[in-house]
Amino acid sequence: MPQEVAEIVRKYLRHDKKFPHIWCAGCGNGIVLGSLIRAIDLSGVEKDNIVLVSGIGCSGRITVYVDLNTLHVTHGRALSFATGIKLAKDSLKVIVVMGDGDATAIGGNHFIHAARRNMDLTAIIINNQIYGMTGGQYSPTTPYDSKTTTSPYGHIENTFSISELAIAAGASFVARGTVYHTQLLDDAIRLAILKKGFSVVEILSNCHTHYGKLNGMETPVAAMRWFRDHVAVVGKEGALPPGRSAETDEKIRIGVLKNVEKPVYSEEYQKVRDHAKNSLSS
Amino acid sequence: MSAFGSDKKRVLLQGNEAIVEGAIAAGCRFFAGYPITPASEISERMSRRLPQLDGTFIQMEDEIAGMGAVIGASLAGVKSMTATSGPGFSLMQENLGFACMAEVPCVVVNVMRGGPSTGLPTNPSQGDVMQARWGTHGDHPVIVLAVSTVLDCFQITVEAFNMSEKYRVPVVILSDEIVAHTREVVTLPSVGEFEAYNRVSPKMPPEWYIPYADNSMGVPPMAAFGEGYHHHVTGLMHDVRGFPTQRPDEIEALVGRLFRKITQGFHEIQKVETFMMDDAEVAVIAYGSVSRSARRAVLDARRQGLKAGLLKLITLFPFPRHSVEEALQKCRVALVPEMNMGQISREVKRVNQTVSIVKKYNRVDGQLITPQEIYQQLIKI
Amino acid sequence: MEKKDDRYEICFCGSGGQGIITAAVILAEAAGVYDMKFVCQTQSYGPESRGGACKSEVVISAGEIDYPKILQPDILLAMNQSCCDLYFLNLKPKGLLVVDATMVTQIPTPRAVAVPFTKIARNEIGKEVAANIVALGAVVQLCQIVSVGNLEKALLARAPKGTADVNLQALHAGMEAAKQYDLNTLPHVVMEEEE
Repeated sequence: MPQEVAEIVRKYLRHDKKFPHIWCAGCGNGIVLGSLIRAIDLSGVEKDNIVLVSGIGCSGRITVYVDLNTLHVTHGRALSFATGIKLAKDSLKVIVVMGDGDATAIGGNHFIHAARRNMDLTAIIINNQIYGMTGGQYSPTTPYDSKTTTSPYGHIENTFSISELAIAAGASFVARGTVYHTQLLDDAIRLAILKKGFSVVEILSNCHTHYGKLNGMETPVAAMRWFRDHVAVVGKEGALPPGRSAETDEKIRIGVLKNVEKPVYSEEYQKVRDHAKNSLSS
Repeated sequence: MSAFGSDKKRVLLQGNEAIVEGAIAAGCRFFAGYPITPASEISERMSRRLPQLDGTFIQMEDEIAGMGAVIGASLAGVKSMTATSGPGFSLMQENLGFACMAEVPCVVVNVMRGGPSTGLPTNPSQGDVMQARWGTHGDHPVIVLAVSTVLDCFQITVEAFNMSEKYRVPVVILSDEIVAHTREVVTLPSVGEFEAYNRVSPKMPPEWYIPYADNSMGVPPMAAFGEGYHHHVTGLMHDVRGFPTQRPDEIEALVGRLFRKITQGFHEIQKVETFMMDDAEVAVIAYGSVSRSARRAVLDARRQGLKAGLLKLITLFPFPRHSVEEALQKCRVALVPEMNMGQISREVKRVNQTVSIVKKYNRVDGQLITPQEIYQQLIKI
Repeated sequence: MEKKDDRYEICFCGSGGQGIITAAVILAEAAGVYDMKFVCQTQSYGPESRGGACKSEVVISAGEIDYPKILQPDILLAMNQSCCDLYFLNLKPKGLLVVDATMVTQIPTPRAVAVPFTKIARNEIGKEVAANIVALGAVVQLCQIVSVGNLEKALLARAPKGTADVNLQALHAGMEAAKQYDLNTLPHVVMEEEE
């Protein structure tokens, strides 16, 4: 292990307490965890000023392993807890890790409203297109016609695009990455953490154990190859690269898809406080 | 800027408004909720009062989120509360359980209205007593207090925060539509008149901090996020360090301590008021707005020569069994009037052990039980 | 032990939007905050903000008040016919019915004071919404339960900015109108016992 990596691991992981982790060998969650601590390290935000919040599911366990202020809450509600933390102590940097089911099914309402309010939070959504921890049931991002343990005859629902949902709901910053493109992921998470406003990073990840097994991608390597072959990296403002073709247009766009400046909730609320105090003294 | 200015003030307040002033006196500076009749005045006054005091009010997308934000704010070190009515209280139950498990102080007000379901939004009820005790899943300790006057709304809310901070447990205040919307005069205290209890913070350096270590009270010191302790908080069964565990010995120790801290504090938590109980032969056991009707009925009965008395329960859970037992031993009959089909009367019967006769009187038509009705029941005895 | 029944009970009823609750709150504030008495003001209402039946009750006492709602009102103010019909049977035998004669045409007892509050508000004050304050003035004139000075204080404390004069004018118009009634000339009971 290079010296640099060893230092980051020592600094950010609860290595003496809670390893080995519970994730399957080859799970994308480990790659996200690595990306997350590198991004935090590069962002320069003090460890003690970060709160990492997670919900329920495989992604939810990430908070156990990271040596920050960590909070592991009820299914789908991570953003509401995070909202309370941020409003109570604005100096804290609050990062929320969720899965696709956590963020867009049971927690879908909290997700769109946190985006609408432009809460100064970072939402990292690990999208493995399935409920992994409960045994591979379909989620709002499970592709049409794929098989899961609750769609044994083929899935008939349409999918949410998490990034597009976030853009439409009013997030300030939206990026998409995959667990194959780790450098891009490090950058996206770092930018999201440093962004003032509601920032979302959607990460396409793999669940070979449950999703892959039933859909022809039994190994993590198969998933990685799929990510490699099915994405196009966007330029600024979400534009596709020059020389785009019908083929690149078909591909999943990764990179920064939206990045705008607008007032965050806590700034707006400070105005409310000032107004309230003025009305009291006059 | 103080919470109330420098002078004591006589003001006419609704029960709902007095709850807000009580919360502020206790140090509450965060409120997250969702509009619902008949609790909305609490949100409305909070939205006006909290920003004046550098606090925060937010109206969330639903009650689930309201409860979540309240817990988050408390974990960040700010005293926080929410308020709702039956349907919203049902939605809060899962996160309320999280607060029990992770031992996060917070106060939840449930202004009871007729139920089940949408029920009677503008009428009173006492139908949520057992939901307050057992609404969230799993064995869990919780403190439930009932208010019956506007002054109660102020004082009991202060108590609720103090208990919540002291025992690191969510405290539920049960109000009802009558108490919520009754206006009475209360004298707001000057600053510092009420003792506000604050949670114990860890004094040790972070590397020595064991977030859920047992101690003599059973209540470990609580670090806020951002104070350098970088600890883990979870709704899973956890070991003393706060990390998930499946070890039976660690689970038993945790659940045991969660219950023990409440039983150890029982005598402090148990709050009742007695009225003419010294020589009483018949006891009325009541709480909430019904206890006001009961008090009048007791006076009416006394005038007819019947030695009646009132035991008004403020603490509903942990059930104040010693006070109830004492009343039952003293009186040959106990009457429990309630605006439900008999929820506290079951508890009274449970501790009675056939010492006395326990009668219930119930009304579920959205109307407050009147003094005449209780009086009629008393003279029949 | 508290004294028996020095409670004085006033019931205001009418339609949502007539200011029934506001009038009761002002009375309660005058008696409780300024006259230093014990008061309890409650209300019952339906889902409508406007138009539904609305009732507000005030109990005033020198001692602590147990039952917060009224048992039998000493005064019933009815601002419409349906509420008048619904609640007048509740009156104490020696209670008094006060009605808005603009809205209530069938008066169920001769022990009643009928003043056209709405008409006075519309014609003399120029604001029909002030009918509740006109009625409040009349009620207080008739029952004398709070001092006029304290009632004015409570009214001004609740009145929106710029409406102080109109409100005071309405209050006094109501008091003047009620002064024309001599309660001694009315029958002494709301309803005679059967012979």
